Amino acid sequence: MVASMNHDLNRRGFLRVSFAAAGGLFVSLYLGDPRAVAQDGNQPPQAKVYPPDAFVNIRPDGKVVIQVNRLEFGQGVQTALPMLLADEMDADWSNVIATLAPAADVYKDPVFGIQMVGGSGSIAHSYQQYRELGAKTRAMLVAAAADRWGTTPDQCRTQNSVVHGPGGRSATYADLASDAARKPVPAKVSLKNPTELRLVGRKIKRLDSGPKCDGSLKFGLDLDLPGMKVAVVAHPPVFGARVKSMVDDEARRIEGVREVFEIPLVNGTGVAVVADKFWPAKQARNRLKIEWDLTGVEAADSAELWTRYKQLSLTPGNVAVSNGDPKAMDQIGASNRIVAEYEFPFLPHAPMEPLNTTIRFDGDRAEVWAGSQFQTVDQMAVAEVLGLKPEQVTFHTEMAGGGFGRRAVADSHVQREAAVIAKRLRGTPVKLVWTREDDVQGGYYRPMHFHRVEVGIGSDGFPAAWRHVIVGQSITAGTPFAAFVVKNGVDSTATEGVADTHYNIPNLHVTAHHPKVNVPVLWWRSVGHTHTAFVMETLIDELATRARMDPIAYRRKLLKPEAKKLLRTLDLLEKATAGWRKNLPKGHALGVSCHESFDTGVACAVDVSVEDKRPRIHRATVAVDCGLAVNPLSVESQFQAGVSFGLSQLMAKGAITLKNGRVEQRNFDDYVPPYIVDAPIAVDVHIVPSTEAPTGCGEPPVPVISPAVVNALAKLTRKRYRSLPLVSI
Amino acid sequence: MATYQITVNGKRREVTTDPSTPLLWVLREDLKMTGTKFGCGVSACGACTVHLAGVAARSCVIPISHVGDRPIVTIEGIGQDSIGRVVQAAWVDTDVVQCGYCQSGQIMAAVALLKHTPKPTDQNIDESMGGNICRCATYTRIREAIKNAAAQIRKGDA
Repeated sequence: MVASMNHDLNRRGFLRVSFAAAGGLFVSLYLGDPRAVAQDGNQPPQAKVYPPDAFVNIRPDGKVVIQVNRLEFGQGVQTALPMLLADEMDADWSNVIATLAPAADVYKDPVFGIQMVGGSGSIAHSYQQYRELGAKTRAMLVAAAADRWGTTPDQCRTQNSVVHGPGGRSATYADLASDAARKPVPAKVSLKNPTELRLVGRKIKRLDSGPKCDGSLKFGLDLDLPGMKVAVVAHPPVFGARVKSMVDDEARRIEGVREVFEIPLVNGTGVAVVADKFWPAKQARNRLKIEWDLTGVEAADSAELWTRYKQLSLTPGNVAVSNGDPKAMDQIGASNRIVAEYEFPFLPHAPMEPLNTTIRFDGDRAEVWAGSQFQTVDQMAVAEVLGLKPEQVTFHTEMAGGGFGRRAVADSHVQREAAVIAKRLRGTPVKLVWTREDDVQGGYYRPMHFHRVEVGIGSDGFPAAWRHVIVGQSITAGTPFAAFVVKNGVDSTATEGVADTHYNIPNLHVTAHHPKVNVPVLWWRSVGHTHTAFVMETLIDELATRARMDPIAYRRKLLKPEAKKLLRTLDLLEKATAGWRKNLPKGHALGVSCHESFDTGVACAVDVSVEDKRPRIHRATVAVDCGLAVNPLSVESQFQAGVSFGLSQLMAKGAITLKNGRVEQRNFDDYVPPYIVDAPIAVDVHIVPSTEAPTGCGEPPVPVISPAVVNALAKLTRKRYRSLPLVSI
Repeated sequence: MATYQITVNGKRREVTTDPSTPLLWVLREDLKMTGTKFGCGVSACGACTVHLAGVAARSCVIPISHVGDRPIVTIEGIGQDSIGRVVQAAWVDTDVVQCGYCQSGQIMAAVALLKHTPKPTDQNIDESMGGNICRCATYTRIREAIKNAAAQIRKGDA
C-alpha cells in the first residue's frame, strides 16, 4: 500500500493541494525540545509554512487516492476522514482509496502540532481540515473545467467525480486533474450546508473490511523485505536492570542465528538476537544465560505499593480543585458520611498485534516501517539513535493491530531498540518483534491508583461536601507533555473526571499525590477516566440508592445545567431503555452510569445477572452525544466494542501485579482480557442528533461500562465493589 | 533441519525447516502467507487459527513435524469453501472489523462452527468462539455476523 502510494506521488498529472494551518488555538509541541511553547489565540501563531504536499491524488483511472494523516488501528478514521474530503469534493465514493500517510510536517495534527493519534482527536481536529481540503480540490477542478469551456465556475456543478457545465458538457475529474493541478489553491472556500452532504452523517461501511477478512491486508508485523532479518530482545527481569554477564554459546548454535549482542535500552540494557526468521531468534533467546545486575534498581511490589498509597491517601496532596468551605465536611454527622477507598491495578494495553518496528539503515538514510501513534516522535528518536536528521528518516505508517495508547510512547523505546539493532546491521533491514511475553511484562501500563473519598450527604440526599484524594504515578512526568498537563504538582490526566466533574457538588476538594515508582506507565484508552469515572459513577449510584431515587433521575437532578451533552444522553437513555429497564427477569438487575470524556457525553444502562460467579451482561444500551456523527455506523461500532473493551478492568485476571520487581503475568493465560462470553450479548447504541462540531468516539465508550455493571451487581449481591479487578463477587 | 511436504489450501508445498518450528511460522515466513496471525504463541488467543483436516486448530503450538498429511486451510483459502465465502461476506456486510488483526482467526473459528452447527445458539457461539480474543472487543458484531451467515446458509446461498 505504501509503496504504491510513493509511486502515485511521483506520477504525472497529479493534483496537489496544500493546506495551511488553521487559526485559533495552535500548539506547537516539539517533543524533545524542553522549550516547547504553547501559543494561544491571542498571539498570532508563527507563520508555519507547510511544504507543498498531497492529500488527494486523482489517478488517470478515476481512482481518488486520499492520504489519511493518522494511524488506523481500528478506530475507523481511514474511512471517516476520506468521507469528509470526498463529500466536499463530490468524489465518487466507490472509487475512493485511502492510504496511511508517512511522517511529514503536512500531516501533523492541526491542534497538537505533531503527527499522532491520541486524545480521541482524529475527527475533532481534522474535521474542518479535511472538509476544506475537499472543497478546495473541487474548486480547482471546477476552475479547470470552466476555463476549458470558456465559462465561469458558477455555471458548473459537480457530482460523482464529474464536472457538468452549460450545454450538457461534462468532464471527469480524472480528465481535469492535470489542468486543475496548475490552478492556484483557493485561500477560502465555502463548505456544504448540512442538507447538501451526501456521505457525512450516513452509515458508510469501512474501506478496509475486505482485505481484513481475507488475510490480504499487511500489518506492520507482516512486512517482508528482501534480505530482512528478525530480531528479538532479552529484556531485564526488573525494569532498569543491566546485563552483568552473558553466555550465548548455545544460542549461537541454533541454525539461522546471525548475531547476539548487548544493547542499551531506555530502561537498563538487554541482549539482542538477530536471526533469519522469528522462530530461531526466539529459540536462541530462550537459550541465553544472562546474569542481571540489579544494583540501584528499585524492586517495585504491588502489595507494598498498596500500603504506601493507602498511607499517602490519608494526607491531602497537591490541590487539583478546592471549591467552597474546606470545613463543611466537619458539620456533617458520621451517619451521613460515606468513606470509600478504591484500588485500581496496573493495566496492560495488550494490543492483538504484538509491538514491532522494521528499520533499514544505509549510513546516510534510514527507512522505518511502524504502526505508530506518534510518527513525529518516533521518527525523531530513530534519527537521534542513528545520528541522522529526521528528514533523512523515511517513516512509513503501517496498519496496526490495536494500540489503545501503547503505540504513543514519549520515549519511543521500541523504535530506539530497533534503531540500535539496525545500526549494527547497517545495510540489512531488520524487523524487531516483541513477543506477547515482552509486551505483558514490558511495562508502560495504566498506572495503579488509589482513591480515598469522603462524601457528606445533605438532608436532600445530594452531596453537601466531597473530599477526594487520588494517589498514582504521573504518566507525563519526565516527558515533554508534563509542561501542558501538570499544574501545581497535579497531573490533570490523573484527576480528569473528578476535578472537572459535571455534577454540581458543593464544597468539592480534590488533591493528588504522584509517587515515583520504578514501573514505566502510560495512557491507556480513556486515560484518567478509566478510574475516575468508576469512582464517581459508583458513588453517585450509592447516593441515589440511599436517597431511594431512580438512578437516571438522580443523576439528571445533580448534573449542572451546562452539562448539556450528559443531560441529553440521559434523556435518550431513558427513552431507549423504556421497554426493558423496568421489566427485568428475576435474578437480573439494572445498572446505570454516565460520564463525559473527550467532550463526548455517554450514558449507559446494563441488564446483568450472575452466572458461574461472574457478571453476565445480557444487554447494554448506550446513548451518545458526540456532536455530528460523521459516520454513525462507525460510532455505533466504537461504542459496541468499546464498552466490551472497558470490561477489561473487571476481568478476574485483568491486572498486572509485581512481586519483588518482577511482573507476575506473562501471556494471555494469566493476564486475561475479555472473551466473547464476557462481553454483553447485545449492545444497542443511540446517537443524539446533532449539528455541533464532532467530538471523539475512540475513548469515551470505555469509562461507562465498568461502573454500570458493578452498580447492577450491587443490587444483586448487596455489596459495593471498590477494588479492581473483580476477583470475586 | 528437515524437509516436509504439506498441503495448504489444496496446493502441495515443500518446506525445509527445524522440526520444532510451529506451523504458524512456516505459513508466515517460509510460505509468505501472513493472513494467519501471531498473537500469543501459547494457544491462548486464537489469532493463528487454521483448519487442520477440517478442524479448527492453533497453528502457533503445532510443530511442523506433527502436521503429517493432514490438509491445511488458511484464511487465504477459506473463500474457496462455500461456507467460508458466506462467512467472509457476512463479516464485511456486518462491518465487524476494527483493527482486524484477530479476524482471520475469528473467521476460521466461525466457519468451523457453522460447518457442524448450521443453526448456532448464543451458547454454541460462546463455546466455539470462546477461545478467540478480539482486543478491540468486536464481539457483539461477531455474534451478529455468525447469525447472519447462518441465515444465508439456510437460505441456500452456500
